[in-house]
Amino acid sequence: MSEEMGLELEMDLERECALENPVLPYLRQDRIPHIWCPGCGIGTTVNCFARALTESGMDMDEIAIVSGIGCTGRVAGYLNLDSFHTTHGRAIPFATGLKLANPKLKVVVYSGDGDLSAIGGNHLMHAARRNMDLMVVCVNNFTYGMTGGQVAPTTPIGPTQTTMPFGNFENSFNLPALAQACGAVYVARWTVYHVRQLAKAMKEGLQKKGFVFIEALSPCPTLFSRRNRLGDGVDQVKYYKERSIVKNGADPKDVGLTYQGDIVVGKFVDRDRPTWMDSMNEHFTKVLGSKYTPYGVENGQD
Amino acid sequence: MQADPKGVLTGVHFMDGDHAACEGALAAGCRLVAGYPITPSTEVVERFAARIPTVGGVFIQMEDELAASIAIQGGVWGGQKVMSVSSGPGISLMMEHLGYAFITETPSVWVDVQRGGPSTGLPTQPAQGDMMQVKWGSHGDYEVIALSPNSPQECFDLMVKAFNLAETWRVPVFLMMDEVVGHMTERVEIPSADKIEVVERKWTPKKPGDYKPYETTPDDPVPYMTKAGDGHRIHVTGLTHDERGYPAMTVAAQDKLIRRLVNKIRDNADKLVDIREDGVEDADIVVVSYGITSRVAMAAVEQARAKGLKVGHLRMVICWPFPAKRIKELAKKVKAFVVPEINLGQMALEVERHVAGTAKVLHVDHAGGTVHEPGVILEKIMEAAR
Repeated sequence: MSEEMGLELEMDLERECALENPVLPYLRQDRIPHIWCPGCGIGTTVNCFARALTESGMDMDEIAIVSGIGCTGRVAGYLNLDSFHTTHGRAIPFATGLKLANPKLKVVVYSGDGDLSAIGGNHLMHAARRNMDLMVVCVNNFTYGMTGGQVAPTTPIGPTQTTMPFGNFENSFNLPALAQACGAVYVARWTVYHVRQLAKAMKEGLQKKGFVFIEALSPCPTLFSRRNRLGDGVDQVKYYKERSIVKNGADPKDVGLTYQGDIVVGKFVDRDRPTWMDSMNEHFTKVLGSKYTPYGVENGQD
Repeated sequence: MQADPKGVLTGVHFMDGDHAACEGALAAGCRLVAGYPITPSTEVVERFAARIPTVGGVFIQMEDELAASIAIQGGVWGGQKVMSVSSGPGISLMMEHLGYAFITETPSVWVDVQRGGPSTGLPTQPAQGDMMQVKWGSHGDYEVIALSPNSPQECFDLMVKAFNLAETWRVPVFLMMDEVVGHMTERVEIPSADKIEVVERKWTPKKPGDYKPYETTPDDPVPYMTKAGDGHRIHVTGLTHDERGYPAMTVAAQDKLIRRLVNKIRDNADKLVDIREDGVEDADIVVVSYGITSRVAMAAVEQARAKGLKVGHLRMVICWPFPAKRIKELAKKVKAFVVPEINLGQMALEVERHVAGTAKVLHVDHAGGTVHEPGVILEKIMEAAR
């Protein structure tokens, strides 16, 4: 077989794959393979996100994705969208500036639990308080994966981490409760076992106006499971399957997680209140009258 | 191009430096500011918050300076001209994002109304103690442009220039004010919009697919820009990256990127340097100053001249890049340099470094809290003359 023929066959195969795998158009294929470990759940969440993008029917040129630092922080770089890999913990304020500068964009923040709730915790709180029109996907693997498995604000009491060598004794965050208390209009939690539900939540999140917080529980086989003798990625997904309890509408204060205990999943909050920009426009129109031209409205109709 | 008249408050005003700086930003086309309150800089953002609703744009008070300094960068990639404003402690918090703006080539203006430090220091009193921080405070190799106004009028003029330089070179640009310049009230003349030259962003003419966000040519080290939503599907990262903006974790990629970024400024220092000289040509002694201290220094120079001394004054309107070439030339001709500044030796070290022992360098230091007495500078000039 000539080299040319071989290349042609390869291209045909690629074309076929492209037809078969609906996720491919959403990925920067020139950046694959990705950095994630075998058994990691982040890629599964990305699959769900790609499905949500398809089903939302949104114009991909009008969606921007912003990540912080860490394993999940790499998501932005693999998606074929306008994508921003920012600094550790600051994806939300970057996304805030991006949204305010170009209101026609749907801005998605996609990052990990350490990035969003430890170093970036303050920004998470304030963006929810403002009801900034952002969708936040928080992939929670209970640990700092990129740096080698240190304790996170989400690590439940019990498991060993490199900086909790005798087992974690710190209380962890209940992220849905935090997001709800700060003002998020949509709060859901699913695991990477619940791919359809997660994709649906992401689709709803894309279509929701205001601050959306979706927690996706995901295994870190390399640094969380192995160190704690929990098996591999599949074992964690089995755990998600066996111990998850679907409770849509559950009060977020009752959904705190414990080490290998029950996991309450579902859509916990779906409510409406004015976004930061709506509030600004309404207020300035009221106090400034005709001197004020509502901001972002013209842009929104571009 | 000319300024958008909507942002230009044409007329003669009696205005303080903080307010004049804000007007400069509006005239330059700044339409998004993210800030966090801190004395003595707050008046800049207070005025912006009051002015922007009717000009057309957004002000948001963020939860801290970390948030403010990255929100503005999101704003740039959303297509706006942006600024953030702070003082010492807040500038310290912004240092990581200064590096991000540099490596991602996010054109942005950073205002530092300097106060006494370190730490909380003297919140309501002046200093010039952040000159080295903005040059070296973020990690790794980087370059900034730093302008140093000495009057409210210059707060306006140099703010417009700061925005233009940020867009031209795609680097973070600092307006290094201080508490006195920020709070002094003087005549400020704002020209009509058609008299204000504004540099537009260097938008790419290329279509999606053809465009690489960090592609440059040997003749032009500044890449073209786009914004999110224009269909180019860009990737922007603080990691070392290639022309496509993709992470590239190799020694070769690091060498290529960081040298290009740093050399944008280093190779063009001659174009950027902005100094004002007074009686330098036949001087035995040259006083080198910047910012508010240049006004005090001028008084001392005049007193020394009245005593028959041949004293020149070199004022740096732009401190970074440093006027190294000119200082080296002068070092061969003069006996001594006298460098007054409100810190315990920052730009004086830079003068010394370039003079390299060819002439004396006398430092007139000051720990901060007020400006120098002209007499202190005069004494050093006399000492240099002996």
